[in-house]
Amino acid sequence: MRHGMSGRKLNRTKSHRKALFANMATALLKHEQIKTTLPKAKDLRPVAEKLITLGKRGDLHARRQALAIIREEDVVRKLFSVLAERYKTREGGYTRVLKAGFRYGDAAPMAVIELVDRDLSAKGAEDKARVAAELAAIEEAGE
Amino acid sequence: MAVPKKKVSKSRRDMRRSHHAVSAGAHAECKNCGELKRPHHVCPSCGHYDGREVVAAEAV
Repeated sequence: MRHGMSGRKLNRTKSHRKALFANMATALLKHEQIKTTLPKAKDLRPVAEKLITLGKRGDLHARRQALAIIREEDVVRKLFSVLAERYKTREGGYTRVLKAGFRYGDAAPMAVIELVDRDLSAKGAEDKARVAAELAAIEEAGE
Repeated sequence: MAVPKKKVSKSRRDMRRSHHAVSAGAHAECKNCGELKRPHHVCPSCGHYDGREVVAAEAV
């Protein structure tokens, strides 16, 4: 019997699941909106919200606990500055899951998960900056 | 082993299937673009939900 067991297995081993949610939480905090399957989005909510709570705590121990899950220092820095400040007055419920149809190929239910009051420019900012830099480099070489 | 005694006639087979019809999926009109969409889903044509643009159109 699986009475009282929360969370889905998602056809993965425990370590695989842990890595999956670590990667997804990092992506969500970095881009503030990601698209994934509905079950993954639903299970990502508590992971991401606990990280934001760590960010709001703001002490060194919390920072190390966050770094144990998010392996990108830039994202942890953002979590403890930008996001901690943004959600100072909000008591939980930092994420929103919206249904987004069914995936072509396997008809998996898809969802968009985003941070409440998200920064619209955060999504894909790294990629956009890289492309702009590459274009600038090409232009410079062409001259 | 139990074996059917008689072939099931086309009529009997089809009568059995009379309850197997697929019903149309639920739909709702998008409040932003008027296109039909699934209820409680982000609009696949304009990317709006609950009165604001959630994802850039064409990205869904």
